[in-house]
This record gives sequence, C-alpha cells and structure tokens, in this order.
Amino acid sequence: MKKFKSLRKTTRDNVVGYSMILPALLLLVVIGIVPIIITVSYSFQYKVLTDPLDTHFVGLDNYVTLLSSELFWEVLLNTVVFAVLSMVIELVIGFIGAMLMNSAKKFVGVIRTAVLIPWAIPGIIIAYMFSFMFNDQLGVVNQLLQTVHLIDAPVSWLTNGSTAMLAVVLADAWKQFPYISLMIFAGLQTIPKDVYEAAQIDGAGKVATFFRITLPNLKGILLIVLLFRTMGAIRIFDIIFGITGGGPANSTATLLFQAYKYLFGDMNFGLGSALSTIITILILICSFVYIKVLKTDD
Amino acid sequence: MQKKNRIAKILGIIGIAIFLVVIVFPFYWLIITSVKDPADISLIPTELWPSRFSGAFYESVFVEHHLMTYVVNSVIVAVGTMIVTIVIAFPAAYAFSRINFKFKKAVKNFILVANMFPIIAIVTPMFIIFKNMHLVNTYAGLIIPSVIITLPMSIWTLIAFIDTLPYELEESAMIDGCSKIQAIFRTVLPLSAPGIFTTAIIAFITAWNEFMFALILVTKDAMRTVPIAISLFPGQYTVPWGDMSAASVVATIPIVIVVLIFQKKIVSGLTSGAVKG
Repeated sequence: MKKFKSLRKTTRDNVVGYSMILPALLLLVVIGIVPIIITVSYSFQYKVLTDPLDTHFVGLDNYVTLLSSELFWEVLLNTVVFAVLSMVIELVIGFIGAMLMNSAKKFVGVIRTAVLIPWAIPGIIIAYMFSFMFNDQLGVVNQLLQTVHLIDAPVSWLTNGSTAMLAVVLADAWKQFPYISLMIFAGLQTIPKDVYEAAQIDGAGKVATFFRITLPNLKGILLIVLLFRTMGAIRIFDIIFGITGGGPANSTATLLFQAYKYLFGDMNFGLGSALSTIITILILICSFVYIKVLKTDD
Repeated sequence: MQKKNRIAKILGIIGIAIFLVVIVFPFYWLIITSVKDPADISLIPTELWPSRFSGAFYESVFVEHHLMTYVVNSVIVAVGTMIVTIVIAFPAAYAFSRINFKFKKAVKNFILVANMFPIIAIVTPMFIIFKNMHLVNTYAGLIIPSVIITLPMSIWTLIAFIDTLPYELEESAMIDGCSKIQAIFRTVLPLSAPGIFTTAIIAFITAWNEFMFALILVTKDAMRTVPIAISLFPGQYTVPWGDMSAASVVATIPIVIVVLIFQKKIVSGLTSGAVKG
C-alpha cells in the first residue's frame, strides 16, 4: 500500500515538475536547439543567398574549404591571442578590484557602483567610446600620451593590426573585469578570517599569504572565470563590430566575426554555417568542462 | 608600526583612486564629449574640461536622428523580455528547487549549456523562419530571441534564491488547507519577490544591451533598438562623434540609474547564479 502511494507520488512529481518547466524547455529547444540543427544542416550544403537556385548537398566541402584556407587559421590565431591577452588583463585588474573591494570598508558602495557601470552598458557603446579615445587625430589617448611624452607623434592605433587588437582587448577588458572582480570578491569573502590570522601568527608575509591561502582558496572560482572568459572570447561580437569591424586586413577578426562576415557579408550561408558549427562545438566542449567543474565543486 | 600602517592606508587609498579613475574615465569622456560645442570636438589639444557647454548634439540626436523612436523600441523590447522571462523562469525554478522529477539534473545542466548557445549558430535559420512567419521587424520577433538569452541565467538565479526559502512555509500553508498552487502563490511567490526583482533587473539590462539578434532580425529603421541605431550613425566618410556620444549617454542613463539604485541586488544576483552549483 505504502509502495503504491509513493509510486503515485513520483508520477505526480514528474507530471507537476515537467509541466512547470515545460514552457522554458520548449522555448529553449524550439528557439535554441532547432536553429542550431538547421545551421549544422546548412553546413553540408552549397547555399549562397545570391545564387539561391543552385542550393545543393556538398558533404564536407565547406569544412574542407574552410580548413584549407589561410584565413581560417589566421582568425583562429586572432581568437587565441584575443582570449589569452584579455584573460590575463582581466584577471589581473579583476583581482586588484576584488582586493580593493575587500579591503575598503567605507568605499565599498562607491566601488561596487563604479565597477557595475562598465558591465551594464551596451558593448557597442563601449566599442564606440574606445574607438573615439583611440582615434588617431581626435583621440584623447594620443593626446595624453603626447602630453607626458611617451610618444612623439600621434599613433594610428586602429589602422595597425597589433595596436588595433590591443584597443579591442582593452575595451573588452574594461567591460568584463567588473564581473571577474565581483566573482573573486564573492570568493574572497568565503575564506574564513581565522585562516589569515593563523598565518599572521605563524609569521607569513603578505605575498606568501596571497599565494598560499588566497589563491588556492579561489581555485574553483578562478577556473569558472577562466572558462567563462574563454567562451566570452569565442562569442565576442559587438566590441569588434564597433571598433575595427574585424580590420585592418582581418587582423582583429575572430572565428565568430569571420562567421558573421561569411553569413551576412558574403551571404554564403554554407560556409558561414560550417564555421558557426565549429564555434558551437568549441562552446559545447567548454560547457561540458564547466559542468564537470561545478560538480567537483559541490 | 603605526607609521607603517598609515603608509599602507594611504597607498590603499591611492590604489582605489587610480582604479576608480580607470573605470570612470571612458564614461566621463563620453559625457564630456556629448556636452561639448560641435566646434570644440576637433580642437587639438582636446579640452579635458570643456570651456563652453552646448546641448547641440542632444538636439541633433532627438530631432535629426529620431532617437526617441529607438528608445521606445528598446524600452518595449527590454520590458517585454523581462516580463516573459520571469513568467517562464519562476515556475521552472520552483520545480527545479522543490520537486523531484526524472532527469532533473540532466535538464538543469541542459539549461546551463543553453546559457552558452552561440547566437551566430542560431540567428541565420531564425532569420529565415521569422521571415516566413512575418516576425522580422516586429517586437515579438525581438522579444522571443532575447528571452532565450535571459532565460537560462534567470532560472539559475531564481533556483539559488528559492533554495534559501524554508520548505516548512509551504507545508504549513498546505496543512492549513491550501492547495499546492495556492501555497506557492501565498508563500513562495511573495517571499521570492527580492529574488524575482533582482532577476528582472539583470534580464532588463541584458535585453537592453542585446546586439546580434537586434542587428540581424530588424531590417526596418523604425524598428531598430538604440544600440543598433547608434552603430549605424557613422556615414561613409565621417563619424559623428558628438552625436554618437549624446545618443550613447541617452542609451546608458536608464541603465546607470538602475545600477545606482539596485547595485547591491545586482551583485548578489550576478554572483549567486554563477557560483552555486
């Protein structure tokens, strides 16, 4: 009798549970998964919008074209460079921000607000702010650097490949470090105070304390931040769109930006979809690692 | 010892000051540029503090660029996304937090993965489907894709919040003769108000800032949202920096006000959903 009752309860739980998550699940599958599957199917077709009548199945041709083109490896390298540079800068500044928030008791509200503003404003506006600041003639960066005599003549930041990348990285860092600061700050607060006190009694210096206590305790959060930022670097779009448009000469085009150019610049849905599929696979790999990390964290 | 402490303290304050300047300067520059006189924009050396102020750029963006149309579009899309997100996310979060159904863990992980969906792999088929369904250039056609961006994070934030509420409350409400649904509406829903509020704010900001869907799924100028409209200001040969600054300030002010008022809630929402498994 009891068993029968509990069985009915599980069935009811399943019905109630699924009916409550159904709208969310349905939306994510229909608007999320289905289009991705269609994109994968496009990636096996010759599908160019300017030549709509000739759409046909081509197998792996798009992938072969992509992987054998120099451009693919160039934008892949750009993506890696962008990811590494932005991550290093964001982690360093993010850490400083978190430590400041942790030590400043009075200003914590002010810092928190200031830190949230870059996070909250549209990426395209940040892109515009930075492209104006880095403008060769009117830009304030050139003028400030000239005032302190770090440079003699205006630098044309955005027309040179590596300096354009630097501008994009800085703009992204400005937008992303607040989030990292907040995560690390949240992590810092979970470290018990007496651990530090014990270390102080044992005579540990500030540097030793940082490397022996602070960093190891933040391992979980730092791993999550790294994964988030890897995915962020793969997914970045509006900042590149607004500052350089992928230029000069593709030097700031990432995988995703190149996919966008294939899709909506060349109207080559086959090739663009193949690149989008590769991006999706990369993101999926990161997501699975993320889920594994969260599990071991429990 | 005391002297050393004082030096450390001063260094700390200087550190905070530099940090704040780095954060605030780009934003300061945006505002200052927007209130400069059009003739002063191209002054070399540039004025770090303008010698005269002017509202010319603001007049230009509202009169010539019809900025108000785009602001209204952005408000409708962001508020719409926020409402739809909460209505769908709350019951889902409740189920994940309170009910044991089959494959719960797997579905929860799926939602986490959905948070990472690359929009580039979604937007092309969506454009074709929406075109056939006549959803291109409509508010619904902008709200629906925005919801799938805000939904996963919102569900996770709400789960973390509902998890903190004691289950006994619903039980005692049910003992008092409430049905399960009534118990949810009378106890969990009101107690979740702060969590819902936080989630709603973050969803609003995310939708307000959404770029790629809004860029591709809208082809008619009158339906554009503010970020897209601003990105299309530059002409072929000239970039109207002043106009873009003024429009950016207008697009940013609602967000900054929201951040100023609700900073504590936003921080708790941002960290809870991501840190907790």
